[in-house]
Amino acid sequence: MSLSLDEVRHIAKLARLELAPGELEATQAKLNGIFSLIEEMQAVDTDGVEPMSHPQELAQRLRPDAVTETDRRAAFQAVAPQTEAGLYLVPKVIE
Amino acid sequence: MSRTDWEVVIGLEIHTQLNTQSKIFSGASIAFGAEPNVQACGVDIALPGVLPVLNKGAVERAIRFGLAIGATVAPKSVFARKNYFYPDLPKGYQISQFELPVVVGGHIDLLVPDGKGGAYEKRVNLTRAHLEEDAGKSLHEDFHGMTGIDLNRAGTPLLEIVSEPDMRSSAEAVAYARALHALVRWIDICDGNMQEGSFRCDANVSVRPRGQAEFGTRREIKNLNSFRFLQQAIDYEIQWQIDLIEDGGKVQQATVLFDPDTGETRAMRSKEDAHDYRYFPDPDLLPLVIDSAWIERVKGELPELPAALSARFQGEYGLSAYDATTLTASRETAQYYLDVVAAAGAANAKTCANWVMGDLAARLNKAELDITASPVSAAQLAGLVARIADNTISNAIAKKVFEALWSGEGESADAIIEAQGLKQVTDSGAIEAIIDEVLAANQKSVEEFRAGKEKAFNALVGQCMKASKGKANPAQVNEILKKKLG
Repeated sequence: MSLSLDEVRHIAKLARLELAPGELEATQAKLNGIFSLIEEMQAVDTDGVEPMSHPQELAQRLRPDAVTETDRRAAFQAVAPQTEAGLYLVPKVIE
Repeated sequence: MSRTDWEVVIGLEIHTQLNTQSKIFSGASIAFGAEPNVQACGVDIALPGVLPVLNKGAVERAIRFGLAIGATVAPKSVFARKNYFYPDLPKGYQISQFELPVVVGGHIDLLVPDGKGGAYEKRVNLTRAHLEEDAGKSLHEDFHGMTGIDLNRAGTPLLEIVSEPDMRSSAEAVAYARALHALVRWIDICDGNMQEGSFRCDANVSVRPRGQAEFGTRREIKNLNSFRFLQQAIDYEIQWQIDLIEDGGKVQQATVLFDPDTGETRAMRSKEDAHDYRYFPDPDLLPLVIDSAWIERVKGELPELPAALSARFQGEYGLSAYDATTLTASRETAQYYLDVVAAAGAANAKTCANWVMGDLAARLNKAELDITASPVSAAQLAGLVARIADNTISNAIAKKVFEALWSGEGESADAIIEAQGLKQVTDSGAIEAIIDEVLAANQKSVEEFRAGKEKAFNALVGQCMKASKGKANPAQVNEILKKKLG
């Protein structure tokens, strides 16, 4: 399988990446290279093999349900570009 | 134009906020109403280098839910990243579950009002329920053209409960949502506060000509936070889709919002990007493993479930399915009823049910009080029911005593009956004396009755009851009066 330029554009848009016209083709070539590698792996017979979601054979460690964090808003907001009334301000977004 | 008979198909996705102390992947508090961003720690605002650690309390609540609906609690489930960009989602992805959710299958049995005063039974199957984190909040007003972001809600634990497309009307959808709302509070995994967003519904709605096997194209109505809006939004959407198709149009898959002010739904975002979330297993989290010992322990701690209790009320107390369902609408109501029956005796269970669902419920409703704050305690109501049962007072007088209990005029039904002299007169000599007086004073009615006017008899009974201030035993009055006139 190989990606069309439109598909590369769509993926870039989803990832919020701006690609210059020259970069578009280069990215397409790189992604298609990855896809051919995946295609090779697809050829392996995986019947009866449980899909792996994590490389380590371990289970998730759980944390007791307790509040352990205190308010550090002042420290966090000291490095934010813009804040007001305790809120982080960002360029206007409306659905 | 020929009229097509349309069938409606509805499935619901309900986000329930789990009532833990802390967030699903961090130790920040989830208490409602805090100052903006004071409950958003490094994990919640996605500082570099932080890692999520799963909250055991959130998992335990998911297990409770799975057991309560007869579902499979997955021995192994996996967290996945759902990728999209929005400022109130600092990581650029929401941690959710995709291919392997924690709860699979299950069902809920409902009684759906048929709109004619009755109700019918309906089973709704569930597809799955999965754990995920909530996003923050965007405030679009008042910041000189900028958007304000509050991340206190980011990372709040949610259980998203997905039904099969089993519902066929807005009434069924509302009945299902109500039953689920009651259940999550019953098993104490969610406070059910819809104003604060603890219980939010998305409805997938489509229509198809009756008899057609394939589903129509659906539209998803997002974020309905009241049962009334759920009903209104679905009804509007159904009509909109039918009108569109009958006018020759085609429904396009879309996400829509409901506007409570206009009562209309409108499309929200274009479909091309909306469902391109590029899920993949989150490498920061290992698979969630739940062993059978844990499930058994949670099972042992579950309270008797509403369906089981409802069946018991019908079997042991002879209540109707409707009454039993009403009394098990909340754990508090069920407990109150159980307390009344325990004190008044199982033989009076039906009378107890009538009082709890009738006068008490009406009075609580009017005063906007929860049953746990009822001025009339279960013991007091039981005392009242006992006096009705042993004929000390009639139903009419009982209503008076109930009002007196409500307004705190006495400690108990007995005290009020005694203090206000409300005891029913059952001494036939005394009743006879009252009747004689009434007959003497109402010769006209007596003559009318003798002339064959049946109504006159009821008028005389009324006069006797009035003369006794309602205290005469009505059955005895009837009997003695009949004898005297006969």
